[in-house]
This record gives sequence, structure tokens and C-alpha cells, in this order.
Amino acid sequence: MTSTEATEPLSRARRRPVEPLLPEGEARASANVCQAAGCLSMQSDLVFEALRERVVAAGLGDVAVRRVGCLGLCAAGPLVEVPERGRLFDHVHADDQAAMDALVATLAGGEPGGRETSKEPFFSHQVKVVLERCGRVDPERVEDYLATGGYQALTQAVATMSPEEVITEVARSGLRGRGGAGYPTGLKWATVAKATSAEGKYVVCNADEGDPGAFMDRSVLESCPQQVLEGMAIAGYAVGAHNAYVYVRAEYPLAVKRLNSAIRQAEREGLLGSRVAGTDFEFHVEVRIGAGAFVCGEETALLASIQGERGTPRPRPPYPASRGLWGRPTLINNVETFANVPAIVQRGGDWYSSIGSAKSKGTKVFALAGAVVNTGLIEVPMGLTLRQIVFDIGGGLAGGKNFKAVQTGGPSGGCLPEALLDMPIDYESLAQAGSHMGSGGMIVMDEATCMVDVAKFFMDFCREESCGKCVPCRAGTVQVHRLLEKITRGRGTREDLALLEDLAGMMRSMSLCGLGQGAPNPVFSTLRYFRDEYLAHVDDHVCPAGACEMDGGDR
Amino acid sequence: MSDEVRTLVIDGRDVAGASGQSILSVARENDIEIPTLCHLEGLSPVGSCRLCMVEVEGTSRLVASCVTAVEEGMRVTTRSSRLLAYRRRVVELLFTERNHVCSVCVADNHCELQELARSLGATHFELAPLHPVAEVDATHERFVLDHNRCVLCGRCVRACDEIEGAHTWDIRGRGTTARLVADLGVPWGESTTCTSCGKCVQVCPTGALYEKGRSVAEAKRRRPYVPFLVARGQA
Repeated sequence: MTSTEATEPLSRARRRPVEPLLPEGEARASANVCQAAGCLSMQSDLVFEALRERVVAAGLGDVAVRRVGCLGLCAAGPLVEVPERGRLFDHVHADDQAAMDALVATLAGGEPGGRETSKEPFFSHQVKVVLERCGRVDPERVEDYLATGGYQALTQAVATMSPEEVITEVARSGLRGRGGAGYPTGLKWATVAKATSAEGKYVVCNADEGDPGAFMDRSVLESCPQQVLEGMAIAGYAVGAHNAYVYVRAEYPLAVKRLNSAIRQAEREGLLGSRVAGTDFEFHVEVRIGAGAFVCGEETALLASIQGERGTPRPRPPYPASRGLWGRPTLINNVETFANVPAIVQRGGDWYSSIGSAKSKGTKVFALAGAVVNTGLIEVPMGLTLRQIVFDIGGGLAGGKNFKAVQTGGPSGGCLPEALLDMPIDYESLAQAGSHMGSGGMIVMDEATCMVDVAKFFMDFCREESCGKCVPCRAGTVQVHRLLEKITRGRGTREDLALLEDLAGMMRSMSLCGLGQGAPNPVFSTLRYFRDEYLAHVDDHVCPAGACEMDGGDR
Repeated sequence: MSDEVRTLVIDGRDVAGASGQSILSVARENDIEIPTLCHLEGLSPVGSCRLCMVEVEGTSRLVASCVTAVEEGMRVTTRSSRLLAYRRRVVELLFTERNHVCSVCVADNHCELQELARSLGATHFELAPLHPVAEVDATHERFVLDHNRCVLCGRCVRACDEIEGAHTWDIRGRGTTARLVADLGVPWGESTTCTSCGKCVQVCPTGALYEKGRSVAEAKRRRPYVPFLVARGQA
């Protein structure tokens, strides 16, 4: 097979007329209207319709109005970007004539309105690999993805590279699992590639994102599902798998819809399915929808759920790489991990490893949430400090309040205090500080937050989400939550505090899966950095932050 | 299980097992007792009660001995003050999770949970009991399911599925609200899959499943029956 044959589907896609929206490069200016869940919830679909009418009415024939994915600054939606003029319009509503006028004027080449993105650290401090096309392409049109170089990596891999070469490239990139644990992706791929199975292997994409405050995977799937599919297909080629599943939680209906449409379109283009890019490589992707269990983000529980069984984890080993879906070798990676792959294959592992810090390569997508000014979706090189994220990109604390802590890593992560703000964000530093990278949720807390209450919140979450299989997690989360409840009501004693630490230590060592083992982390990290707050509750029966309602009186 | 021999050290003693054999199994062959609850010889191991956790030299993590295969040169510790404290805590969590009142329980003196508490010296509890409202299902003509005593070990689920082949039992719900459930949530007596074989009753470690007509401390399991089931299960 020659490489011209392999790229043939691409050129065919490019020839397809894309009326009435002019493709990138052909329009003099374009208005990218965010259609991801955040902006859509504020009726950005109406903004798109209204703006298109205005553009037509103004006779701007060389202007494109596009539906795109997440533009990042979710706090200020609905968002419209005019990339050619470097402008972002926030809080745009369909019936806001002034905003519409400013947009049309900017598109027509007049005095530009809106915010100048190059001058705002929120945009200028970011490095986009995973989110490269988010906010640039229409998530429901494969043509847009192809027009921005999409599927070239897959075509290149299947046509010109051996599976071993693909794995070498991924290993050289230093990419580590973005789901949280940070396992080297190249090593995982090599393990699955080496596993032999007469009945085939599987690739599974973990899109069961469930950490409170986390929306990275949702945004990627809603904004550029093709990039994830391309990464999965490259993985399938590398490890020798022909079937794949994307396991998405049911709470993400828009992501599911766009993913399904993306799969159909990619199959239509011959980029997924029986003959990928015209080669003998076969790769079929199906979507599986979760039933609302957080624990199904744990890989063995996720696989059980795909098989139609009760979603509970099982002890490892055997790891999915040797015995996964229906007992066959299975490669399971997170959405963001797969979304990194096309760029790595195309630009090389060395390019990727030039971004980031010594042991944590590349970029990381974070869902910046909580008490910062600029809440939203960001992608930064590894090694950036927490301070740069919270104060430069995040714009500091909202309402002029003082910073107290930043929580990373979801319910199994930790709360980091002000003293650690200059710590670089990488897997090792975060783990050393008692938190972990996690999937990328980052919740900023201000001075009005009580850290004991935060620990209680996360323990409540784990208590609700414990599957109930192993005793330490099932009953331990309930007991720890009760102790925290007691302390936040001013009824706790020093003995309760000791018992709390003891129970938390037992849960960490004895639980079956990561949910139970990680559940005490918010307790440990708040005890480590904010013990005085616990003591104030216990000894003085006061909540220093003023967040907890004390029962007072008798204990 | 292949015939390759693995030699290892458990609690300072040199022992040998077959490759693929669990640490628990090798330990018990050598009269080294590791406490268990969800485990029952002949049923597939699930590693959910966490009582059989042991220390293995070279790893900071504890491993469940029922689901961890022996390896050449392994050095295992089954007793340490840390393990004992953790096991006691697990037993305490179980006792406080539901309503385990031995003095009025059919399984008094024939109960594995009670025996565990005794052998581990778990005589007093620091944790407050949760006192959940739990039902008693006496709709079956011969047996009773008392959720107050259930520890969710899943032995009955596995015995019903793996030995009887009926799969009447399963667990529904999650966390501490998880409950043993017949079929898709019907009263036991209305189950269309239950064969009334009683295997679940014989494998239950506590007083959660028992024969009707038994009063306090009368739910003695017919022990000879269990090895018989196990032999069938292994065949």
C-alpha cells in the first residue's frame, strides 16, 4: 500500500463543500461561538443563530460563523471568539444588541471590540496540545477536524510506521496516564502489545469523569471528540486491538451525542471501521454509557460495567493489560491521554518531552474551579507553579478575598496551603505534598472556607460513592464522616481526632481499590496543613472560618 | 494450577506451595491461621472483607492473601501489631455497621463474626453503632433472611451462583446501604429462581440466613454439609 492511498480519504473529505460556513483559512474573519455544555446552558445556540442572521443581514459574505467547542473561560459565557482579530467576547446573549453590534463591527474589520486575548494571562500562559482544536473546530463536523490536520497522525501511523515504532514514539514522549495515577503510557502500551490472545484485545477509553469540580474530559469530548478517537485508533494499531469502547458517564449527554456522531462520521470517512485509512487495519469503536457510579472510573469496575456486570472493583493483579475485558488483554487509558497521542505521533516524542518538567512531560488540562475569577478549562505545561495557575491564569480570588487552599486530585486528592503555592505542578511534587495530580480538577478555596468542612464534604462524597464491596471503605467512610460531622458541630473531642486519624490510616492501607485507599487523603492533607482548624473546633468549639454551625452548649 | 513449586517464607517458616496457589491456602496447609470472613474454600475468592491482609517484604502495600498467589522467595508476615489493629478495626466496623446483638441472635456461638471478635480480642468498640433500620425477610417457607446480621461477604451469592447455578442472590445498592437481594428485588418467598436448596444458609457466616424454627443460638451450621458443597464446587 502506498501512502497516497492512505491519505486518499483525507483529500476526499477536504473536497466536500462546507457551505454555508466557510472553512478556516478561506474566511477573512470568523466568529467561533462556543457550543460546549457551559455556554450552551446559557443559550449560546441562540447566540449562534442570531449572529448568523446578523452577519447575513450585514452582507458579510467572507465571514464564517462557526459552532465550536469550549473556549476555556467558562465563567464568562456565552463566549464568542474572533481568532483572526484576537478578540474574545464574553457574556454574549442573543438579544444583546450592543454585543451583537460590536461583534459584527469586529468581523467587518472595523474597530475591534471584546477582550484582547494575547494580553490576558488566562490565554497567553497556556500551551495547548490536548485542547489545540477546542474552540477552533465544529465538534460535530469531521471535515473541520480533517481541515486542521486531523487523522494525519493515524494515517501516518498505519501507513508508514510499525506498531513498535508507534509505541517507541509514545514511550519517548514521556507521556503518563492523565487519569490520575500517572503510569507511563508507553510502558502500558508495550505491555498490552506483548500480551498474546487468540480471541483479540481491546482498547478502552475511560471517560467516566466524576471528581467534584472536574470537567476536563467532558470538555474535550464535547469540543473535539475526533481527536480522542484518533488517539484510540493509533493505540489500537500499536497494541493490536480491533475493538474499542468509550465508557462515558450518562451525566454527559452532549458528550455522548457528539461522540456517537463523531464515530459515525469517522466511519463514513473510512478512518474508523473495517479498513482504516484504506489499510487492512480494522478498528471499531462503541460507546458504553455508565449508570451513575463514581467507582466505575476505577478500571476494573469500569470493565465489569462494560461487561454488563455490577460495577465493583476486583483485586489486581491480574491487571487489565493481561486480563481485562472478557478476560482478554485490554489497554485502558483516560480521554486526555488518548487526546495527546495524535500530536505525539505527528510531531514526535522528542517534541512532546521538550514540554514540561523533568519527570512529568507535556501539558496537563485542568478544570479551574472554585473561588477564582477565571473559572474554566485550561491547559498548561507541567511544572508551572500553583501560584501561576491560581493568580495569573485564574486571575486571583474572586471578590477580593484571601487565598486559603487549592484542592487537586478530586476526592482522593489533597488540599494544599498558601505555603506551597510556588510548588511546581508535576506528579512527584503533588504526591510529596500529600495530594496527587488526579484527573485535573482544581478547586480554589478562599478564607471563608473551613478545611474541616471541606474534608467532610469529600468524605461525604466517598461515602455516597463507595460500592460497598470491601469493609474498610464501605463502613469506614461512614464512620469517618460521622466523626467529621461531630467535629464540625463543635462536639468533637481529642479522642475523636485520634480515632479519626487511626481509622483513616486503616482505610488507606486496607481498602480494595483506589477509591477507599484515597478517600482519607483530604482528611490527611487538611490535618497536615490545617490542624489548627481541627483543634479550634475540638478545643474551643469555634470554626475559625465561620463556616460551621456549632451546636454549642453541652458536648 | 501448575505443579511448579514455589518456596517462600511465612512468619519466619520456610514453606512451599504450587505456582498459582494463594498465600492463604499455603499458610493454612502449614497450620498458619489467617483470619478470613468472605473466603470459603471452594468458592471463588473475592478479597472483599480485607481481614486476610498480610505484609509482604519489599512492598509497602498490604495484600489480600486469599487473592495473591505465592511467589518464589516471597517473605510474608501474617501477624504484626499493625495487622492485628487493622483486623480488629475491620471487625469493629462490621459490628457497628448493622445490628449485631449476639445475645438475641440465632447464630450466637456458631457465628464466624463473633468468633473473629473473640480471637482478635475485639472486646470493646470505640466507634458508634450506626443502628440502621434493616428488614427481616421471612417470606420463604423454610428460611429467613435477616438483614440486621448480614455482613455482605457475598458467600451466599457465590454459593448460589457457582455451586447451585441459580444466581438467585446478588447485592443491590451501594456503600453501606447495599443489601442482599433475591432476583430483581422480590421477597425471597416469591423468587422464581430459588431452588430452596439451602446452600446459602449453610455458607452464611453469621445469623443473616437461617432455617425457620431456630431460636437464639440454635442456628448451628451443618458443617459436614459444607465440604460436600465445596467438593462439588471444585469438580
